[in-house]
Amino acid sequence: MAELKNKTAQTEATAEVKPARKSDPRIKEIILNGLIFQNPILVLFLGMCSTLAVSTSLTNALGMGLSTTIVLICSNVVISLLRKAIPKEVRIACYVVIIAGFVTIVELCLKAFLPALSESLGIFIPLIVVNCIILGRAEAFASKETPGYAALDGLSMGLGFTAALSIMGFIRELLGAGSILGHEILPVKATLIAAPCGGFLVLGTLVAVVQYFRAKPPKAKKAEPVEAAPVEAAVKGGDEA
Amino acid sequence: MSLTELISLALAAILAENFVLVKFLGICPFLGVSKKTDTAIGMGLAVVFVMGLSSMVTWLVNEFLLLPLGLEYMQTVAFILVIAALVQFVELFLKRFVPALYTALGIYLPLITTNCAVLGAALLNVQNERSFLASTAFGVFSGLGFTLAIVLFASVRERLEYAKFPKCFQGFPQALITAGLIAMAFLGFSGLQVVW
Repeated sequence: MAELKNKTAQTEATAEVKPARKSDPRIKEIILNGLIFQNPILVLFLGMCSTLAVSTSLTNALGMGLSTTIVLICSNVVISLLRKAIPKEVRIACYVVIIAGFVTIVELCLKAFLPALSESLGIFIPLIVVNCIILGRAEAFASKETPGYAALDGLSMGLGFTAALSIMGFIRELLGAGSILGHEILPVKATLIAAPCGGFLVLGTLVAVVQYFRAKPPKAKKAEPVEAAPVEAAVKGGDEA
Repeated sequence: MSLTELISLALAAILAENFVLVKFLGICPFLGVSKKTDTAIGMGLAVVFVMGLSSMVTWLVNEFLLLPLGLEYMQTVAFILVIAALVQFVELFLKRFVPALYTALGIYLPLITTNCAVLGAALLNVQNERSFLASTAFGVFSGLGFTLAIVLFASVRERLEYAKFPKCFQGFPQALITAGLIAMAFLGFSGLQVVW
């Protein structure tokens, strides 16, 4: 009990996850971390290149997000299985080769089954190899944990990435091209939003909104209800997507 | 390769299709190491150096190893390995023979392995079926484009350090918006080409 009290006093982040009453609190922790508290795009700021480049439409965003998720799960599991076999000095090179192998598989599958998507994502599919999220999770999580947790972490981080990317894609397609998933909705178009500079501006605003919601509650009340705000913001975002 | 071709390649790579601001390659170091102008210059030079070298080496690997063996589908794996090894070698070489340059570039070199601009340049060279010379030139010019963008960005950021922003825009969003405005300026270069 005393330990729990201590934790609550320390940081809100750990305090929110501790009182999980599931059979395994870690599962909930991993899922929430990937989707919300450590969202790769909106909180950790990883994987910016692909985020900015492919978020011009919702289709592209979904395609990119799911491809990355698949690679992330597979590489996390394999790296976690090999965590005792890989020597520490050459671990980064090993991770990169494993990741590149899975990326090649995904690339070939997309080319074979979804040629249109593969065409529009272009060079950014092979560039999943150098997406910092994947190497980051390999280094920070998969290399220390068992395969089950690693797979779950890959899934939740991947879905968090996909969700944030889809919100970006949704906003940029709606405002920039006046359409959603290729169907025309708005009669007006702000082509600037679809242009490269729009990516920076939309993401900047989106991160500012997230930071606004993360910073707000502690002013109003004390530390406990902090968890409500990020969850709410993310749920809102999820609805939009 | 004629001079006009070279010039148009340079114009495209540095201005009209700037790697960072138009193609979104190499955003991580662009946002990460752009707090001060001198570190930005260091990073930029390291990228020019590695991108030129890696464009050469990946062209050779592709032409003399992957194509004859019919292994084009291994490009991604082969290129990233070559780049990782190359960066490591460059680091060792500089440490041993050009220590002054090593101390200047030192910390930036390892970071470049995961810079998607380097792999991106290699893949774009193959996609556009460029010759050896054109590939090398494209690598160097793209690196220069990266340097231009990151130095511009760093100088703007230095001046913004004491500016007052709304609280929620402080930090990362502010950097993104700044980059967005610079990218908007670069939009003016789109379509720029040499007519001959």
